[in-house]
Amino acid sequence: MTPLSQLLPGQYGKLTSLNPERAVDQRLMALGLLPGMVLKLIRRAPLGDPMAIEFGGQVVSLRLAEAESLIVDVAADCPVQRPTKTP
Amino acid sequence: MSAKEITVALVGNPNTGKSTLFNALTGLRQKVGNYPGVTVARKSGRCDCGDGLIVELVDLPGLYSLAAASPDEQVVTDVLLGSLEGSQQPDAIVVVLDATNLLRNLFLASQLAELNLPLALVLNQADVAHEHGLKIDTQLLSQRLGGVPVVLTSAWKGEGIASVRRAIAEVLNKKTKLARLTWPAQVESGLETIVRAVQADTGRAPSMADAQRILFSSDAHTSNRLGWKLSQRETVVRQARDQVRAAGFNPLAAEPLIHYAHLRKVLDGVTSGGAGKQGNAAALDRVLLHRVMGPILFTGIMLGLFASVFWLAKFPMQWIQSGVDFLKSVAAPALAGTPMLQSLVTDGIIAGVGAFLAFLPQILILFLFVGILEDSGYMARAAFIMDRLFSWCGLNGKSFVPLLSGFACAIPGLLSTRTIEDPKARLATAFAVPFMSCSARFPIYALMCAAFIGPLYGPGWESVVMVGMHCVGLIFAVPTAFVLTRFILKVKPQPFVLELPRYQMPKPRDVLWRMWQNAAEFISKAGTVIFAITIIIWALCYFPRDAQMAEKIRAAEPALSTHELQARTQAAMIEQSWMGRFGKAVQPVFDPCGFDWKITVGVLASFPAREVIVSTLGVTYSIGKGAEADSQHLRQAMQEAKWLSGPRTGAPIFSLAAVLALMVFFALCSQCGPTIATLAQETGGWKWAAASFFYMTILAWIMAVVVYQTVIRIL
Repeated sequence: MTPLSQLLPGQYGKLTSLNPERAVDQRLMALGLLPGMVLKLIRRAPLGDPMAIEFGGQVVSLRLAEAESLIVDVAADCPVQRPTKTP
Repeated sequence: MSAKEITVALVGNPNTGKSTLFNALTGLRQKVGNYPGVTVARKSGRCDCGDGLIVELVDLPGLYSLAAASPDEQVVTDVLLGSLEGSQQPDAIVVVLDATNLLRNLFLASQLAELNLPLALVLNQADVAHEHGLKIDTQLLSQRLGGVPVVLTSAWKGEGIASVRRAIAEVLNKKTKLARLTWPAQVESGLETIVRAVQADTGRAPSMADAQRILFSSDAHTSNRLGWKLSQRETVVRQARDQVRAAGFNPLAAEPLIHYAHLRKVLDGVTSGGAGKQGNAAALDRVLLHRVMGPILFTGIMLGLFASVFWLAKFPMQWIQSGVDFLKSVAAPALAGTPMLQSLVTDGIIAGVGAFLAFLPQILILFLFVGILEDSGYMARAAFIMDRLFSWCGLNGKSFVPLLSGFACAIPGLLSTRTIEDPKARLATAFAVPFMSCSARFPIYALMCAAFIGPLYGPGWESVVMVGMHCVGLIFAVPTAFVLTRFILKVKPQPFVLELPRYQMPKPRDVLWRMWQNAAEFISKAGTVIFAITIIIWALCYFPRDAQMAEKIRAAEPALSTHELQARTQAAMIEQSWMGRFGKAVQPVFDPCGFDWKITVGVLASFPAREVIVSTLGVTYSIGKGAEADSQHLRQAMQEAKWLSGPRTGAPIFSLAAVLALMVFFALCSQCGPTIATLAQETGGWKWAAASFFYMTILAWIMAVVVYQTVIRIL
C-alpha cells in the first residue's frame, strides 16, 4: 500500500485503489487506469513535479498533489498489464 | 447553408491525427468560427463523398470521454445531442481512433454508441501500427460492433482518405449504428429510473446518453441542459445510484469499468502483435526530458521561439511599415487640396490598416512555432518541464509559451493561450500576458533612459533601469494570477492530466493552415476593432481645428523658421483638439504621478499603440511629427521642459521621479487598444477585457504615484 507519488522512477506498481469522487481519478479511469492495472513510473519532471506514468500503452503526466488518492502495490518488475476482476 | 444539408461530426481523442484527417477530407474548404457563448472554435468544411454526395463535416474538439468536464468537452456533447443553439444534430458520427491504442480510443466510441446515431470508425495512424507489428482485423471488429464501417487510414501519409469518404457515404446510406454494450440489469434499471423521472418532470424523455451522464457523472451540466431542476432530483439520482451499487459498482467508477471490461472482450482476437512497442517516445524522452539535458534543450528551443517572434518578425514589420509610409506618401499629395481628408486618409485609415497588419508577422511566426511544437508532440513535454513553476499560482505548464511571447507582443501571446485546455488557467494566463513587457514599451524606456538616466547616472544605471522595467510587469502578474485563480474565478479547475503523445513529424499543410486561420480570425475580429480605435483617436487629436492657427503664430512670432512654425502649429493644434482638452482636463488625476498635460496627452493618445507616445511627445513638445526614441531634439526639448504654473513652477518636468513614474506607469498600464480587442476576442466578450483594462490602469496609476512621491521625497 504505497501512494503512487512514492514510486521510484522505473518502478512498477499495481493500482489497488483510487477515489472516483476526484476529477483526476475520473480522468485516469476514462484513460483506462482502473484498479488492478499495472503502471510504471517513468520519470519525474526535472523540477520534481509532475511525474510521467505509463499504463495501457500510453504515457500520461500527473501532478504529485493531484495523484495523492492513487494507491499502488509496488511490484518488483512486472510489465504485464492485465486487470484483475472488477471490484 | 440549407436546413437540409447533411452534417457529419468528426470526433476522437486528442493526438489521433483527427485534424490532419479533417484537412485531408475537406481540402481546406473550411469555415472557422465560434460556438455561441463559449470560446470554443467551431471548424467545419465541405467533404465530397462521391456520387454527388457533399456533406458538411464538423471537426469537434478532441476529448477522451463524454463525461463533460471542460467547456470544450461540453460543446462536443451538446453538438452531438443537437442541443446547441444554431446547430442541428449531426446525421452521422465519424470516430477517429489511434490504431496503436484501440482499447482507450474505443472507450469514447463505446460511449458515443449510446447516442444512437449512425456511426463509422476510422482507425488512423495505421502506418505506425504497422511499423509496431500490430495487426488489426477490421472485419472482425466491425462484426463485433454491430456492422459499422471500420476503415484503416494514415492521414499523415494521405493513405485511406478515399475509403473514409466511402465509409461516410455508407454510414449515411445504411444508418449503421455501433452496438451498445449490455449493461448489468441493475445499472439498466437505474438508468430507467432516471429516464422516467426526467420525463415526468420535464415532459420529454432524455436520451440514454443523457441518462448516463446524470447517473455516472458528478457535474450538473446535463441536468441543467435538460431543465431538470426539481428538488427530487437528488433523491432520484441517489436511488438510481443505489441500484448501481447493488450491482457491485461505485456509481462514479461504473462507466469506465463496464465499458473497458466490454471492450477487452470486443478486442480479443481483433488485434495481434505489437505488444510492448513504445515507438519513438521512450528513447527521445530520455534526452528531451532528461534532468539536465531536458531543461537545456527546452531553453534553447524557447530562445529560438522568442528570438524569432521578437527579432525575425521585425523585418516583415518594417516592410509593412515601408508599405504604409509609401501609401501615405502617394495619398498625401493627391489629397493636398483637402487637408481634413488628407489627414483622415493618411493618419486615420492608412495608419489604422497598418496598425493591425503590423501584428501579422509576429502572429504568423509564433503560430508557426506553436504548430510545430504541438504537432510534433513537444508542447506536452514543454508543459511537463515547466509545470512546477506555474502550478502554485493556478497556471500550468502550458502558460509558459503565451507568457514568453508576451515579452515580444501581447497579441500573439494572447492568441496562443488557446493551447491551454483548462479554462481557468487559460483565462488567468490571458490576464497575465499583457503585464509582460512587450517590445512596444521599449521605445519609451529607451527614450527616458537615453535622455535622463544615462546622462545623469551613466550607462550602468541605464541597463539596471531597463532590466528593472522588464521585471516590473512580471512581479505584478504572478500575484495577480494567484489571486485570480484562488479567489475570483469561479470556473472549476481541470486537473493537469496530460498525455505525452508519440513524437511525430509535423505536416506542413496542417501547420501553415493553422497559422493562416489564426491570422485571419485576428484580422476579422480584433483587426476591425483596432482599425476603429485608430480612427477614433485620430479624430480626437484632429478636431476641432483652427484654420488660422499658423497665421496667428506667425503674427505673434515673425522670426520663426518654416520648420519651427510647422512644429509650433502642430503643437498648438493638438493642444486645442478634443484630445488636448481631455488631456488637460484629466491632468489633475495624473498630477500626483508628476505628469504634465503634454505627457498625459501622450499617454492617452498612445491607446492604438504604445510606441506612439514617443511621436506624440514629439508633437506636444513642438519638435514636429515623426520623432523617434533616439531623436536628439526630443531629448533636448524634454530635458529643458519646465513647469510653467502650479506649485512646481520653474522645476524641470522630467525629474528623476517623474521619469521613473512614467516608465512604471507604462510598464503596468493597459494603454493598448489591440491588446484589449484581442482579450475580448479570446475570452468571448468584453467583460474580462474591461476588467483587465481597469485593473491594470488603476494599478499602474497607484504604482506611478508611489514611485513619484517616494523618489521626490528621497531626492
